Amino acid sequence: MNDLVISTIAQGLLWSVMAIGVYLTFRILHIADLSVEGTFPLGAAVAAVLLEGQHSPAAAILAAGIAGMLAGAATGLLHTKLKIPALLAGILTMIALYSVNLRVMGKANVSLLNTDTVYTSLEFLHLSPNMTTFVVGLIAAVVCPALLYWFFGTEIGLALRATGNNPQMIRAMGVNTDNMILLGLVLSNGVVAVSGALIAQSNGFADVGMGVGTIVIGLASVIIGEVLFGSRSVKNALISVVLGSIVYRIVIAVVLYLGMPPNDLKLFTALLVAIALSLPLVKTRLDSRKAGI
Amino acid sequence: MKTLHLKKMIALGLGAVLVAGVIAGCGGEKKKAGAEAGKVYRIGVLQLVQHGALDAANQGFVDGLAARGYKDGETIHLDQQNAQGDQSNLKTISQRFVNNKVDLIYAIATPAAQTVANETKTIPVVGSAITDYEAAKLVRSNDKPGGNVTGTTDYIPPKQQIDLALTLIPQAKTVGALYTASEANSQVQVKAMKEYAAEQGLTVVEASVANVNDIQQAVQSFVGKVDFIYCPTDNTIASAMANIAKIAVPAKLPVFAGDETMVRTGGTAGVSVNFYQLGFQSGEMAADILAGKASPAAMPVAAQKEAKVIINKEAAAAIGLTIPDELLKAAE
Repeated sequence: MNDLVISTIAQGLLWSVMAIGVYLTFRILHIADLSVEGTFPLGAAVAAVLLEGQHSPAAAILAAGIAGMLAGAATGLLHTKLKIPALLAGILTMIALYSVNLRVMGKANVSLLNTDTVYTSLEFLHLSPNMTTFVVGLIAAVVCPALLYWFFGTEIGLALRATGNNPQMIRAMGVNTDNMILLGLVLSNGVVAVSGALIAQSNGFADVGMGVGTIVIGLASVIIGEVLFGSRSVKNALISVVLGSIVYRIVIAVVLYLGMPPNDLKLFTALLVAIALSLPLVKTRLDSRKAGI
Repeated sequence: MKTLHLKKMIALGLGAVLVAGVIAGCGGEKKKAGAEAGKVYRIGVLQLVQHGALDAANQGFVDGLAARGYKDGETIHLDQQNAQGDQSNLKTISQRFVNNKVDLIYAIATPAAQTVANETKTIPVVGSAITDYEAAKLVRSNDKPGGNVTGTTDYIPPKQQIDLALTLIPQAKTVGALYTASEANSQVQVKAMKEYAAEQGLTVVEASVANVNDIQQAVQSFVGKVDFIYCPTDNTIASAMANIAKIAVPAKLPVFAGDETMVRTGGTAGVSVNFYQLGFQSGEMAADILAGKASPAAMPVAAQKEAKVIINKEAAAAIGLTIPDELLKAAE
């Protein structure tokens, strides 16, 4: 039982890195960036191919991040330079990445069983596999938000946040909002690709189909986190996303544990996200009714 | 204050769900622990996605075990799980099996088996609907797995499909290969098919699709260019056979497919894998492991015992193919 709890939280921590990427575009820039469904497997593919070629896990994860950033730049350029709506630009990149991912891997599935990964490199700690995943997840879920938190405090970071909140104002102050959107997409997709690299190593394979549904998982984590743990400040919001991702994994684990018919799982996920999305509205309604009385 | 109140309620509700989960989990474990005294083996079944062939592989496994006296609810307890195509669920389900300390895991399709194999090196894993165990790094070698994984392969040498096609259409010069780019099993088969086709002096035209929506145009692109179509055992193609027939039959293009259901639902003919039969064989392998008669490490990956020639007579007649009598007698 304990093991199941640790492994579920570990999964939540690993996926939280992806959710933070989604948070960056969805909440800071107010863009639902669908390219993550392509950059997530892209990160996995790049990392898997490098690991297969005996490169170090650190190099593999770094390369995955850079590949994700390039993909994010593609979406950004399509959106800002060619004026393609953000949603469509994301979809275009996502579709293109499907072929790119197949090219990178040379096949549809690269196995990482019996390959040195970031998890096997921690074997000297003599932890159980679940604890190792937990440790890696914890490091990723602390380092990634911490770096972003620092970045959002810098001048460029503040400009990026303002671009999402009030583009007219920030343009009036002489900031090029296109560059800020581009930067946001680059960062977001880099983070998502790193998460893909970490999860592929944890699962034992990279598969071209592993990106399916990532945007839903990301949005669900962001929204569940916001509703349950608040989003008063950037720091608070980043922590909320990580916790939201863990809660999402717990819910899925409990649902599977209770033996929900598998065919209903997707419906349940959709319901969960819908409920989380509508909670703020329910809250306001409740509050106004109470105030009325 | 009001916000705080609502949050508390949500937290409480969530807590209740978790507690319920824990209780349900513990209750289940107790029941199982009690039953284990009467030697009830627990078997975790992990299927990648709901899909005709994979469902058949699942049913075959259950029946294969039953044929050896391992009936669900009597001497074994089956924990049926399906990731519904969402690969992030595979991990959660695998961990659940390992944590529940099941006695054996049956994994249907490559990513399912890979996730399970990554999670445990001790619990025996029997696979099915997997084409190449070696390439997926599930086993050290197909003849001598060497670890805790073994199973049945759905690989039927494409040579047999091509030979059948050339028997029926001796004048054929070009073959169109229709497959999904994202399926590793299809790529393996198409590669082998191209090599054999080259030996036979056939020209190969490839059309790969990303999903079901691309199939219509891919088949259309073959019309007038190829003499027959070759489809490997491919999940996406399998689900769209009717769609393929709609274009191929009027264009008088025979379709040779690697899976029995594919032939029945729109293909013309094929030397076919029967996923139910494969699952059945996996069930027998699992029974041998449970009985202590064999260990996965020393159990070679098995192929389907007999591959039958399947002919869709209606489709063949509509295309105008004449089928030699001896073949018709041997075929189904």
